[in-house]
Amino acid sequence: MRFSQRHLLGLEELDREEILFLLDTAASFREISEREIKKVPALRGKTVVAAFFEPSTRTRISFEIAAKRLSADFVSLSGTVSSAAKGETLLDTARNLAAMQPDVLVLRHPSAGTPHLLAKHLQCAVVNAGDGCHEHPTQALLDLLTIRERKGRFEGLVVAIVGDILHSRVARSNLFALRTLGAEVRLAGPRTLLPSECAPWAFTTPHLEEAVQGADVVMLLRLQRERQVGNFFPSLEEYSRYYCLEEGHLKLAKPDVMVMHPGPLNRGIEISSAVADGPYSVILDQVANGVAVRMAVLYLLGTGGRRVEAVPTKTQMTAIQRSGRRATR
Amino acid sequence: MSLWIRGGLVIDPANDRELVADLHIVDGRIAALTPPGSAQPQDHDLVIPAESLWVVPGLIDMHVHLREPGYEYKETIATGAAAAVAGGFTAVACMANTMPVNDSAAVTEFILERARIAGLARVYPIGAVSKGLAGRELAEMGEMHRAGIVAVSDDGQPIQDGLLMRRALEYASTFDLPVIAHEEDRALSQGGVMNEGEWSFRLGLPGIPSAAEESMVARDLAILERTGGHLHIAHLSTAGSVELVRAAKRRGLPVTAEVTPHHFTLTEAAVAGYNTQAKMNPPLRTVKDVQAVREGLLDGTIDCIATDHAPHHQDEKLCEFDRAANGIIGLETAVALTLTMAREIGWSRKQMIAALSTNPARILKLPGGTLSVGAPADITLIDPELQWVMGAESSRSRSRNTPFLGYAFRGRAVMTIVEGQIKWRLGG
Amino acid sequence: MSDERRVLDAQGIDRALTRIAHEIVERNKGLAGLVLIGIRSRGVHLADRLRRKLAEIDGTSVPMGIIDITLYRDDLSRSHQQPEVKGTTIDFSIDDRRVILVDDVLFTGRTVRAALDALMDLGRPLSVQLCVLVDRGHRELPIRADYVGKNLPTSRDQEVQVRVSESDGVDEVVLVQRGG
Repeated sequence: MRFSQRHLLGLEELDREEILFLLDTAASFREISEREIKKVPALRGKTVVAAFFEPSTRTRISFEIAAKRLSADFVSLSGTVSSAAKGETLLDTARNLAAMQPDVLVLRHPSAGTPHLLAKHLQCAVVNAGDGCHEHPTQALLDLLTIRERKGRFEGLVVAIVGDILHSRVARSNLFALRTLGAEVRLAGPRTLLPSECAPWAFTTPHLEEAVQGADVVMLLRLQRERQVGNFFPSLEEYSRYYCLEEGHLKLAKPDVMVMHPGPLNRGIEISSAVADGPYSVILDQVANGVAVRMAVLYLLGTGGRRVEAVPTKTQMTAIQRSGRRATR
Repeated sequence: MSLWIRGGLVIDPANDRELVADLHIVDGRIAALTPPGSAQPQDHDLVIPAESLWVVPGLIDMHVHLREPGYEYKETIATGAAAAVAGGFTAVACMANTMPVNDSAAVTEFILERARIAGLARVYPIGAVSKGLAGRELAEMGEMHRAGIVAVSDDGQPIQDGLLMRRALEYASTFDLPVIAHEEDRALSQGGVMNEGEWSFRLGLPGIPSAAEESMVARDLAILERTGGHLHIAHLSTAGSVELVRAAKRRGLPVTAEVTPHHFTLTEAAVAGYNTQAKMNPPLRTVKDVQAVREGLLDGTIDCIATDHAPHHQDEKLCEFDRAANGIIGLETAVALTLTMAREIGWSRKQMIAALSTNPARILKLPGGTLSVGAPADITLIDPELQWVMGAESSRSRSRNTPFLGYAFRGRAVMTIVEGQIKWRLGG
Repeated sequence: MSDERRVLDAQGIDRALTRIAHEIVERNKGLAGLVLIGIRSRGVHLADRLRRKLAEIDGTSVPMGIIDITLYRDDLSRSHQQPEVKGTTIDFSIDDRRVILVDDVLFTGRTVRAALDALMDLGRPLSVQLCVLVDRGHRELPIRADYVGKNLPTSRDQEVQVRVSESDGVDEVVLVQRGG
């Protein structure tokens, strides 16, 4: 298996083999984080630039740790927000970054599709670290890795995703990938946050109990209060009355149900403390897998050199011949 | 000076005729239509061989944005008129959302003066319904009418206030001016950047539901029932809107409607990959809606085809999808897209030319749209079989924002004659 | 077309491994503190066979681990696509152990260099000894093997292929002549 994608923009466009390959690679990276010396030289001399146009400390730190464990240089630009404020266009900002020759650009942006825009215009690999309400592929990959570690498979699993589906990039990435991998997905949330267009991909219901019934996995979404300006539900209190996962709900699910949450938790709103801290919760495993997944992504996109499709120079040719010969031993 | 267009297929929906004939133009007017071969050109006459071409009344685009005054970096009246004649249009009606807004006789006169200097297509200004398109006070329609507007519209800033719409319909009827409505409930469309549906979910983009258009169409039709006057619905885009207009026409309401070539050609799937060239308002809709507007054209519910030609600078499209400007240029692809669609739905040539010329002339009460003897010689020659590719360099517009770049087409206008003068010919 | 010449058969491989096992016991005066680490992929199978042979000789089982040197390769940015990572599995500490590193073929020495770097990131062994089934020469780094199954003079345009029944269905070492 070869991973032939140049960028990681979303999971919708990946096929089953590509997703499983990413998970396999990530699984083999877990061991590195358990060593005393948590570092391998795979990306020595490579530069990873993280441009975060939205505040997100933990995703950025997860990428940073992943990059550093692979020995890449990691530069983080949250200051790009200020150049946007000065009127510079996103593409100009990105071209300025690209002129510094990074190998991988990790982008978090409030507008859906911005990683696609940059991938079209820049030479370096682009990793989507969350674009608007579209996708958050590395988050979903770490969720999938966590599921596979526990369940060993995806086919036939029943996964309930609960919360603000409409605005959730985590829900979209998980939904697309889980469907590709053969799992059954149920989406639950208030109808105002549950677009009817999900129907081709998943069973939808406004009733939490119905979604949780017989589920192998319950995946909770963080209720992003800043997105709730459109009168989607009357109050947080009412929301939590209907959509906060309590221990009682889990009795409806499979006995070995696992509860996931991308963090940070809104305790008492979408998840009760008893569930968050209880035996079914795998939330901290998710965090650990986040580093492994991001190492795998950076490794797969960051190695192989800058893929310039130009005629190699004479010295490059010699290098290619030498490396070809070396590989044959 | 006299001109003979020899041996073309003359399609003249205004007179319900379609025949091979020689067409004689004298002093900017249609002088005669004679059997083929009967032409007796004098030495100084210009003869245009038109065998295998269609000879049709000059096409009229009743919905364009020429951007002047104020946004000359996108388009000027001169470049817009050049694009018009290159697309086979002898006349265009331009919307009021310029800077300053065309809400006064002074701006109307400025536009007409610019058009006269350009000397290409006829340009008919459309005045604003409300001052500054602000949706509050009526603009001086009477003054603008004297200066030469042919309709009023707040296109681009849909009228939210039902009372303003009522007053506009009542007041505009004094001057026999149609009110052209961009139907959109801004509360329902708020924040939306594409059609609300399968693709908006997949792409994670905020959607604009069909109901945002349909509820306003329903409101305005209800108001029209009370007021009378003439309501023309711009760029209708949903199956529900088609049905509302169809029912209203059945009741005999004074309503007309238009559709754009992109709305009868493309679906929301064109947005895939965050293609900002497929971003417009109203948004591209679903397959079902495309079928519905095509049926609307077939049964006459929709009267005409208008491009909503909306030039934008490339930087306004080369950005985040949600920040990109709405709209595309359309003057030079309209004929080809219409021909393609007409072949697919089995539309008659006469119906097609009526939708592109005769009907818009009737709606705006313009002198063109006919090949009657004595009418102004505004004539378009169309080669329905000519194969060509839409290239960036071939456009006469100042802008290049179109999803049809690189499309291979069959059929296009090859000559545009305004008042007996050849304003454009392919390769000429 | 390339032509193949067999230089070791199943019996030959087995004899070589038996001899190496005895050399290991002899040089280390027993198996105390010894661990075997196979380099992916064929070094792993050879290490496993050595472990069994050592158990036959001495009656004790030597801990065995697997090392994946992919992330330590010096040609990662030169190859067009990244090699697959299968991971390292060493579930014991190598601190103060005597490590026997096992691989199939010793050629330029770059793989062993990568393996040594990988080992050093995992701990501080007392010593590292290198065991290979075939040493084909053409070293590019100052590395030599402590235990060699067969010294095989080769030219650079030849390829040495070690096949083991666990992954290739047959035990043999062949010399392949590339091209014409």
